[in-house]
Amino acid sequence: MSRFAEIMVGLFMVLFLAAMFILAMKVSNLNNFGGNDGFEVTASFENIGGLKVRSLVSAGGVKVGRVSAISYDSETFKANVTLNIEKEYAGFPIDTSASIYTAGLLGEQYIGLEPGAEEEFLEDGGEITLTQSAVVLERLISQVLFNRSGD
Amino acid sequence: MINALERLGRSVLDTTGRFGRGHLFLFRTLLRFFGIFKRPSLLVQQLFSSGVLTLSIILVSGLFVGMVLGLQGYNNLVGFGAEESLGVVVSLALVRELAPVLTGLLFAGRAGSAMTAEIGLMKATEQLAGLEMMAVDPYERVFLPRLLAGIIALPCLAAMFAAVGILGGHLVGVELLGVDSGAYWSQMQASVNFTNDVVSGLIKAVVFGVVVSWIAIFEGTDCVPTSEGVSRATTRTVVSSALAILALDFVLTAVMF
Repeated sequence: MSRFAEIMVGLFMVLFLAAMFILAMKVSNLNNFGGNDGFEVTASFENIGGLKVRSLVSAGGVKVGRVSAISYDSETFKANVTLNIEKEYAGFPIDTSASIYTAGLLGEQYIGLEPGAEEEFLEDGGEITLTQSAVVLERLISQVLFNRSGD
Repeated sequence: MINALERLGRSVLDTTGRFGRGHLFLFRTLLRFFGIFKRPSLLVQQLFSSGVLTLSIILVSGLFVGMVLGLQGYNNLVGFGAEESLGVVVSLALVRELAPVLTGLLFAGRAGSAMTAEIGLMKATEQLAGLEMMAVDPYERVFLPRLLAGIIALPCLAAMFAAVGILGGHLVGVELLGVDSGAYWSQMQASVNFTNDVVSGLIKAVVFGVVVSWIAIFEGTDCVPTSEGVSRATTRTVVSSALAILALDFVLTAVMF
């Protein structure tokens, strides 16, 4: 009985580890945590809309990194966003522009990078100066309404 | 009138006394924590009877809960054209709430009641007194392995419940109702955070493990040593563990998320 119990408890623990493996690798994003060894650049936006920490950073539709920090600068009245870009995608020109887009009509917001043409590259701690704010749906709607009423 | 007052006072004192005895009991058991290293085989034996024997009911109910979540989630989300988020709905509901809570409730019914009955019967047949007569510490020999086994087994079972439930949701949502498999997993991965969601869920399960096995063992030691007393103690274990789990779940959710 004791030997049987030991084997069954061993099996139980193996099943637990398998469940944890599924929860870590398939269910949550633990396998994406390796992105920390990338390099960071900052960009400041007038309005970031619904952008969040860990939002996607993409270039040409391909994921190249994630947003690692968001803060508000009370001197420039702008939102400072820190982007963590994976090492293998180093080599964005310094005149790269960053815009905030929405995936789908009401989906999550993400940052899209459009590479420029300069010969020099962005380095760790660099800043993206060309930025475009998020499109705020309410502002868009009110613009349409005001234009209509002007006619 | 005086009689009623007397009865009220006695029941308040009784309840407070039981509460105090319960905490002293937990404290005394935990004081002997290092005793478990003297006889680890006792812990393995208890892990078998409370963990392994509960496994089948956990796996089957996890599968069905996941399947129901998949079906319900699909029916509601498809109205918004958002059935791709099915994976998020199923996984967050399971990992954060349903897995720890339902595992705790099932564990209380399956293993907690058995623990109470076993210890209550040990008390009724004076085995506990016999152990003390032989200078064997019942706290170290009987209670501690059961308490630790409950604390270890419940989070393990909760993790399996969540994993099986998510597979069950996949089975219904993807295989039967035709949600895209890639969207199911990738949206889940994008919104479930390992430390914030999975680990918090497991911490909940650890807390429930402490509470359920504590209540079960204490009710066993505190029962009236008759067959009726044992049956009452078993009922009380299931009822108070269920209440404690649901109330604690609210508190923990408010603190964690």
